[in-house]
Amino acid sequence: MIQPFAGRDFISMRDFDRGQVEDLLARCRQFEGTSKPLLNGRVLGSLFFEPSTRTRLSFESAMKRLGGQTLGFTDAATSSTEKGESLWDTIRVVEGYCDIIVIRHPAEGSARLAAEATTRPVINGGDGSNQHPTQTLLDLYTIEKRAGRLHDLKIAFVGDLKYGRTVHSLIKSLCLFPNEFYMVYPPSLGLPSYFLEDLQEQGIQSTDFENVEDLPEDLDILYLTRIQRERFPDPIEYERVRNSYQLTPDSVKRFSDKLTILHPLPRTTELDPDLDSHPGTAYFDQAHNGVVVRKTLLALLLGAG
Amino acid sequence: MATAAMKEEEKAVTEERDLEVKKGRKLQVSALKSGTVIDHLTQGTAPRTLQLLDLDRGATVLLGVNLPSGKQGFKDLIKIEGRELTQEEINKVALLSPKATLSIIRDYEVVRKIQPNAPDSVEGLIRCVNPSCVSQDPLVRTHFYTERKDPLKLRCFYCERSFDKDEIDFI
Repeated sequence: MIQPFAGRDFISMRDFDRGQVEDLLARCRQFEGTSKPLLNGRVLGSLFFEPSTRTRLSFESAMKRLGGQTLGFTDAATSSTEKGESLWDTIRVVEGYCDIIVIRHPAEGSARLAAEATTRPVINGGDGSNQHPTQTLLDLYTIEKRAGRLHDLKIAFVGDLKYGRTVHSLIKSLCLFPNEFYMVYPPSLGLPSYFLEDLQEQGIQSTDFENVEDLPEDLDILYLTRIQRERFPDPIEYERVRNSYQLTPDSVKRFSDKLTILHPLPRTTELDPDLDSHPGTAYFDQAHNGVVVRKTLLALLLGAG
Repeated sequence: MATAAMKEEEKAVTEERDLEVKKGRKLQVSALKSGTVIDHLTQGTAPRTLQLLDLDRGATVLLGVNLPSGKQGFKDLIKIEGRELTQEEINKVALLSPKATLSIIRDYEVVRKIQPNAPDSVEGLIRCVNPSCVSQDPLVRTHFYTERKDPLKLRCFYCERSFDKDEIDFI
C-alpha cells in the first residue's frame, strides 16, 4: 500500500491540497476508537518552548494510546535554550533520542526550520501567530462530524482575527471548499492585510461585522476565539478589547438549531459556562478530537497507519 | 533648503534631457569593450542593484542614474567592464527592475541580449518583513520563494508571510 504521508513533516496547512485534507480526515475516521499498539517501541520528542495544555497532553495521550512513549520539555527555561543553544542544535541533538518530533515555539517559521535540521518527521504544534495545523485538522474533523460536510456552510469567525493562528490556518483550509464566510471582530483585530490580500487573490470574499447580533440566523458554525493577552504588544490595547464578545445562552437564542459553537480553548470571559449544556456546544468534543487526529498523524507520518 | 537658483538649474537640466529624448539622442556613457550592460533599470535602483550583485571590489563599473528614457521617462543603467553576469545574477536584477534588459558585450559588439526573469527563490539576500520570523536570527539564512513575478510577490519559506517589491529590504 502506498504511504503518501510516511516520513513527511506536518508544518503548515498550505502544504496540503483539498484531496489530501479529505484523505487525512478519512484516515482520522478510521482511527476513531482504535488503540492498536501500532507505535510500540517508537518515541515522540515533545519540545514545547511555549506553554500548552491541550496540544501537548493530547499528543502524549495519542502516542501512549498507540503503544509509544514520549520525552521532552514543557518550558524553554528547562532546556539548553536557556544556555544559548540554537534551535537548530537542539533539534540535531533531540533527533538522536526519538523517532518523531512535535515542536511549539514562539518564532514564526520555527517548525519549518526544525524540519530542515532533521530527517525525522516534524509536526508543528504552533509557531507564533503563523500556523497550528493539527488544531486546524481537529477543527475540520469536528466541523465535518457535526455538520456532515465541509462545504456549503455559513461559517463565522468571531474575536481576535489578527493574532489568532488557529483562525488563520482554519480559514485557509476552509477556503479549499465552497463556503460562506463572516468575520466578526473589534476594529483593531481584523485579519492582517497580507492575509486578506491572499484571500482576495484566491477570489474568497467575506462579510464583516462588529457584532454577533448581525450574523445570519441560519449560521452553521460559530468559531469563537479568545483575545490573547500574550500576543498584544500594547497592554492598554488589550484592556480596551478584551471583553468585546461574551457569548451567552441568551445571545445564541436567535440562531437556528443547526448552529455549532466551536472554540479552540482556553476560554476567558468570551464563553459563558452556562453555554456548556447548550445543544450547539462542541468545544469540549473539539478538544477531545485532538487525540484521534494526532493518533492518526503520528501513525501516518511514522509509516504505521 | 533649495534656493531659487538651484531650482532654476534643476529645471534647466530636466528641459535639456527632455530635448535630447525628443531629438532621439542618448546621453553618451563611454563604450564598453567587454562585459555586461544592464539597461532600463527602474529609476533609483542602480545603487541597490549593484549591492545585490555583490561584485568584486576591483570591478570597473559605470553607473548612470536618472537617464532620460523614451519608454520609462527616466531610468538607471549599469555597465560592468570585463564581467559577464551569470543567469542567476541576471535574474536577481529582475527583483528590483522587472523591465530591465541586459546585453553581453564582446569586442564592443552586443553578442547576446537577455530579458531577466525573477528567480524562483531568493536565499540570503533579503530580510523577512516579519519581525517575529525565525529567520531574523542571524544564524538562519533567509529563504523566500517567488509566488508571482510581475508584479513581484515573495513569500517567506519559514513564516509564510508574503510581501511585494516595495517591501524588499536587502541584508
